[in-house]
Amino acid sequence: MFRKKLTHSLKQAPLEVEESFRRFWLAPAGFREEDNLAQSSQATGGLSSIPALLQRNATQYATKDAYREKEFGIWQTWTWADTEKEIEALALGLINLGVQEGDFIAVIGRNRPYFYWSMVAAQSVGAVPVPVYNDSASEEMEYILGHCGAKYAIVEDQEQVDKIIDIQDSLKQFEHMIYIDPRGLRKYDHHQLHEYSHIQAQGRAARDEWITDLEARRGKLTYDSICVMLYTSGTTGKPKGVVLSNRNVIESAKNSSEFDNLGAGEEILAYLPMAWVGDFIFSIGQAYWTGFCVNCPESAETMMTDLREIGPTYYFAPPRVFETQLTNVMIRMEDAGKLKRRMFLHFMEHAKKVGGDILDGKPVSFMDRLKYKIGDFLVYGPLKDTLGFGRVRVGYTAGEAIGPEIFEFYRSLGINLKQLYGQTEATVFITAQPDGEVRADTVGVPSPDVEIKIGDNGEIYYRSPGVFVEYFNNPESTASTKDAEGWVATGDAGFFEEGSGHLRIIDRAKDVGKMADGSMFAPKYVENKLKFYPDILEAVLFGNGKDNCVAFINIDLTAVGNWAERNNIPYASYQELAGHPQVLQSIQGHVEKVNESVAVDPMLAGCQIHRFLVLHKELDADDGEMTRTRKVRRAIVADKFKDLVDALYGGASAVSTETEVTYEDGRKGSISATLTLCDARVVPVASKVAAE
Amino acid sequence: MNDMSNDSYVTDDGRTIGPTVMEMKNITLRFGGVKAITDISFDIREGEIRAIIGPNGAGKSSMLNVISGFYVPQEGEVWYKGAKRPPMRPYQVAQQGIARTFQNIALFEGMSVLDNVMTGRLRQMNSGLFAQAIWKGKAEKEEVENRAFVEKIIDFLEIQSIRKTPVGRLPYGLKKRVELARALAAEPSILLLDEPMAGMNVEEKEDMSRFILDMNDEFGTTIALIEHDMGVVMDLSDRVVVMDYGKKIGDGTPDDVRNNQAVIDAYLGVAHD
Repeated sequence: MFRKKLTHSLKQAPLEVEESFRRFWLAPAGFREEDNLAQSSQATGGLSSIPALLQRNATQYATKDAYREKEFGIWQTWTWADTEKEIEALALGLINLGVQEGDFIAVIGRNRPYFYWSMVAAQSVGAVPVPVYNDSASEEMEYILGHCGAKYAIVEDQEQVDKIIDIQDSLKQFEHMIYIDPRGLRKYDHHQLHEYSHIQAQGRAARDEWITDLEARRGKLTYDSICVMLYTSGTTGKPKGVVLSNRNVIESAKNSSEFDNLGAGEEILAYLPMAWVGDFIFSIGQAYWTGFCVNCPESAETMMTDLREIGPTYYFAPPRVFETQLTNVMIRMEDAGKLKRRMFLHFMEHAKKVGGDILDGKPVSFMDRLKYKIGDFLVYGPLKDTLGFGRVRVGYTAGEAIGPEIFEFYRSLGINLKQLYGQTEATVFITAQPDGEVRADTVGVPSPDVEIKIGDNGEIYYRSPGVFVEYFNNPESTASTKDAEGWVATGDAGFFEEGSGHLRIIDRAKDVGKMADGSMFAPKYVENKLKFYPDILEAVLFGNGKDNCVAFINIDLTAVGNWAERNNIPYASYQELAGHPQVLQSIQGHVEKVNESVAVDPMLAGCQIHRFLVLHKELDADDGEMTRTRKVRRAIVADKFKDLVDALYGGASAVSTETEVTYEDGRKGSISATLTLCDARVVPVASKVAAE
Repeated sequence: MNDMSNDSYVTDDGRTIGPTVMEMKNITLRFGGVKAITDISFDIREGEIRAIIGPNGAGKSSMLNVISGFYVPQEGEVWYKGAKRPPMRPYQVAQQGIARTFQNIALFEGMSVLDNVMTGRLRQMNSGLFAQAIWKGKAEKEEVENRAFVEKIIDFLEIQSIRKTPVGRLPYGLKKRVELARALAAEPSILLLDEPMAGMNVEEKEDMSRFILDMNDEFGTTIALIEHDMGVVMDLSDRVVVMDYGKKIGDGTPDDVRNNQAVIDAYLGVAHD
């Protein structure tokens, strides 16, 4: 799920990249001693686990804030010393409850300090925390809790308790459940159900009895003990439990913290799902390594307000969050007064010109710098503050392609937004962009200690201290993903750009094909470029094994409908709008622009779109054309609309077709249409032959 | 369930229902020549959820207005906490610990959610005008205490994200929730809800039902509610009074009422003389 797909061009892919390109040894101030300790941690047994880091922080940063949560309208704060006490009380309570070493403890809830403490308390007693997505349906929980054989679950509230009670009968091994929020639970049978604060109170009361046991268990933790088990969302088949060791987590946290110079003074907002490896690394791995403060929002809905109040210095968000925020800004600027709007547009234009360069430390003329400073005072600063990005020093986005315009918008404001490429199996980091080398179309250089090689089919392989131990109880999958030498297959195809040494990702490896002349066919690469246009919702590229490429395009009804309204273009249906000559003309313009940018890259120039059509219906999950997560099912679309693909290759200028559709209530119907087939201008690709 | 006895008992789901806290004795309410309520008696017991149902124009809201002191009945007595209540102004009734929400929301549209809910705490604020103006000593302490209480309610009703939003900008379903929050902030001994689910969609109704049940469960609030949605009433309430044309035609547990012929007739319709 933690996968970056980007649009890029392709040059020659080096087959193997043996050495890490770049390492940053700039440790945060006052941190060199700890570094040394960590490096020798195996020998000393000193900092070889998260609970060990907790103890260090409780001594070293005793009075520094470790966790904050907004509750009852106020930011409640716990220092590292408080945190250690909270976790110890819970750990003692867990022992008191009967938790044994090696037990699995499911942790289900939204980002709250209690759940982070639960995970570390579980580790302290030698158990394995298994965070589970809190919006999972009970069947998904049943699978995960059954698969790992969880005996305990620490959950948020009545909703989660009810879900587990529903499935408890089928979970033979399941013993006790602990909940945080007692609301509505008072009348439940409390034989196997406990309130979090009671467990802590019991732990405190029984401290004398269990403290030796706790210390002994904590002492047994090594670099190779299991730190956490995270289930991957599994787009195909059942979720797999990725086992990460303390080595994986601590080494990754250490390397990545050093890479971005993260120190104890950072503030982060923990709002991404706790079951996702990224949150585990940011809010536990890096937080415990560097000692920075983790802030938890009041509720999912207040996230934006809380973001603004906290003003994080280190921030992560998937592209869609940035997209939504940008859209909101634009809408609000439309409503703003004339002066404000003109000022905004004027200074944003300037930011676009020089903002990125200033951020990257490139030479910019004095006048431009001065104007940027004024803009910062009048526009960029207040805007960043409103968005909650006023203090962001390091920001990351990953997970899917981000539109270059969106990316540039934030960077031009002076927000150091960067991209990284990672996976659960890598404990997040495979590549990341160093400061000053940030671009929308690459995912950066190999992260410290990560080796990367590119397979014959273009697939990316990596090897690093972060490489996962195994898939739990699934040796076949483990063996097919990780080879004997520790190289892990990502399933993504990509290449290293010559000169910069940056990795660029093209597509899922299984989707990359070859055209008739042997050049690379990378549909996603081209489709993403098309989808960055707001009026294109979906695009499907065909051309595997053919001489040239053709494409289906879906218009975005909201954007195009809006445009039609503003231009007084009447239309009665989606179909009519999709076939409107002016729409086709504007789409043709986009396609030709995309062709130009695809042609820049000799290896991918063959993927230019020669002909295209705008589909008369939206691709839909109900018709099986897409997955429920809105990913196009290429093979099914190709099969279902075979007549259209043939017509595009046949050279006709129009085609009549009839398509079966499924209505929302399950009834079937059909729509017929006559579609115009358009030719698009392509850039001659003489250079392609030369490159071969 | 025994209506006659005044002893506490424990419901099937483990809640304790106490003795009678409010009793309506032979209430008759006239507007000129029109009889809105004719000779109705019923009681409300501590900790219970008591529903008043009936077709349109049955006199339900009038009944609620009698309880809240908005109307003074021509005949009959209102007994509250073991004493006969003299005719009172609505604010005096509120001071006695009876809070209400309205069928057509009555909030301060220009004020934030937080300020609206804070107004529910008025009864708990005693510091003088001068102390409030300079915000020192007692006034400051009071405000902090009351804010803390209000925050608990905001948390309880899950309206943190709109804390600072002016009420006028909120959608209908949320306004209803804010109104409930304000009523709850008064720490009422009886909470009157006038059609809390009117105009809500299924999901909002479910949320509201959960809040009503949780309120009763967590704070032990006695609740009297008027509601049209029969499914909701039957699920929520411990006892139900059924009214039709100003008269009481049924009173008892949801099951009793459901099988009562007069009630069935009133809802399904028979010819009236």
